[in-house]
Formats: sequence, C-alpha cells, structure tokens
Amino acid sequence: MAKLTFKTDSCKGCGLCVDACPKQVLVIAKDKINKKGHHPVEAARPENCIACAFCATMCPDCIITVEK
Amino acid sequence: MTVFEKPKALADVPLHYCPGCTHGIVHRLVAEVIDELGIEGKTIGIAPVGCSVMAYNYFNCDMIEAAHGRAPAVATGVKRADPSKVVFTYQGDGDLASIGTAETVHAAARNENITVIFINNAIYGMTGGQMAPTSLPGQVTQTSPYGRDVTQCGYPVKICEMLSQLEGPEYLERVTVNSVKAVRNAKKAIKKAFQNQLDGKGFSMVEVLSSCPTNWGMTPQQALKWIDDKMIPYYPLGVYKDRSAQKEEKA
Repeated sequence: MAKLTFKTDSCKGCGLCVDACPKQVLVIAKDKINKKGHHPVEAARPENCIACAFCATMCPDCIITVEK
Repeated sequence: MTVFEKPKALADVPLHYCPGCTHGIVHRLVAEVIDELGIEGKTIGIAPVGCSVMAYNYFNCDMIEAAHGRAPAVATGVKRADPSKVVFTYQGDGDLASIGTAETVHAAARNENITVIFINNAIYGMTGGQMAPTSLPGQVTQTSPYGRDVTQCGYPVKICEMLSQLEGPEYLERVTVNSVKAVRNAKKAIKKAFQNQLDGKGFSMVEVLSSCPTNWGMTPQQALKWIDDKMIPYYPLGVYKDRSAQKEEKA
C-alpha cells in the first residue's frame, strides 16, 4: 500500500499538492498550525493514494516522500 | 520501495521562498539532475542576487555568490580555471535579463561551456514587486500601478529569442513548471543542459517561466493559471536553439 510522509513543519500550506492529486487524497488542515504558522497539508484519504507522486512533483518545498 | 524522496544534492533545510513560489520546484529539479548524473562532487554552482540569492544554502555542491548579474562571468572564470568541474548558474530575470544582460549575451556569444538556469517570473521579487524588463505589457506592478506602458517603458525582453540569433550558444529552451507534465519537461531540459556541458558542447540555457504569487497578488493556484493565460502567449515554450540536433538533421 502507498505511504505518504510529510515534513509537516516545512509545509507552507500553498496547496499545489492538493490540486495536483488525481485522487483527492490531500487536504490543507485548517484546524492545525505548524511551527512556521501555516496550515499544513495532511492525507485525509490515504487509502485512495496510488503513489503517482504528482503531489511531490508539484511541492515547492520538497516535504513529501512517497513509498509503495 | 521509495517512489519519490528529496534528492541528495538538495540540502535538508527549509526554503525561504514564499508559499507556492516555484523556485523550490526548480531547485529540486536541478538537484535531481545532479544526483542522476552523479556529479555532486565536481559541481560548482553560482548563486545570483535576487530571490534566489541564498541558493548557496540549498544545494549540497560548492557554491559561489556572484555580484548582481555577474554570474555568467564568474562561471566563465571557474570553468576556464578548472574545466573538469561542472559549472552552473541559477539566475532570476532581474539578474540575468536586466543587470546582467551584457554578461549573459557575451558568455553565450563566446559559447562558454556552462549551464545557465534562468527563472523568469516577470517581476522583481526580492525587492517587493517592481517592474522588471520581463514584465508583460499592461502588467500591474509596484512601479507600474496603471499597467506597463510600452510607449514609455518599451517591450519586455525575450532572452531566448534574442540569444538564438547568436552563432555561439549550443542549446536554448524555454519551459515552465506550472503542471506535473510541465515539470517533467523542465527536468528533461535541465538534464540536457547539464549533459551538454559534460559532453563539452558549450553554452546551454534553460529559461523557466515561474510564478510569483506574492508580488502578482494572487493565490498560488491563480498564479500557475496566469502563467498559462498570460505568460506563455508572450513567451512561447519550446527549443530555440539546439545546434547538435540541427547538425544531425543536416547530416
């Protein structure tokens, strides 16, 4: 099964990964705040992940690691 | 099995860029290419002045900070002093297309065997969003609040088109990074630019149309769309010069 890991404290909450995901796995967590003061990304539906790595390709801050 | 992880040539520090700025994507692509070609130990990068002024903190290879616009001149010196090294510059549009136009044009004309990564975001980012030589006609910036007036400020400089008229340069391509497909194309172009240098072919430049959500006054998503809607019609993507491919065609 695909596994997503985030370096949450480096996330700036830009949401480019959310738009890139073809399976709507990711959301910006509006109820959380990271060290930088941004709402970080999180995997809301990790079971749908197909490990295409589109999110990681579009992430400007390189915080996503994709394994399968 | 790891499908995607941070390239080793990219340092493990948070980038200082604004949320959604595509500088980070291009940094990663350069680092991925350095990893894939196995040249981390012999690569020397030249950092510019501009938003990417602190690029020396982000790459794990040796880096030199050049005076504003002078990165191609510094790269020329480094490459000539030790031709066994792989030398690249990473410059924005204020650096390469304004202050450093002379250095860029002459490094290309001399066909220096270096790789230039040129980030074009149509604005001066670091200083707060002033009009750049690459700002589009009618574009609203801090110093053109009614839109760029071409009767007073002239038209934007198209660097790839301009350099393609020279005999010197080996390879010129314009790409963007506003979608997954575009990012993959951009990586191919950057890899080719580095490979050309390893093969001793000469001056290779990749112009990357990049977004600046903060100074354009948009969300990151709107900024990526603005590249498609406004920038690409004025700065068409494509290969502007590829001398080796032209030679093969003739032969």
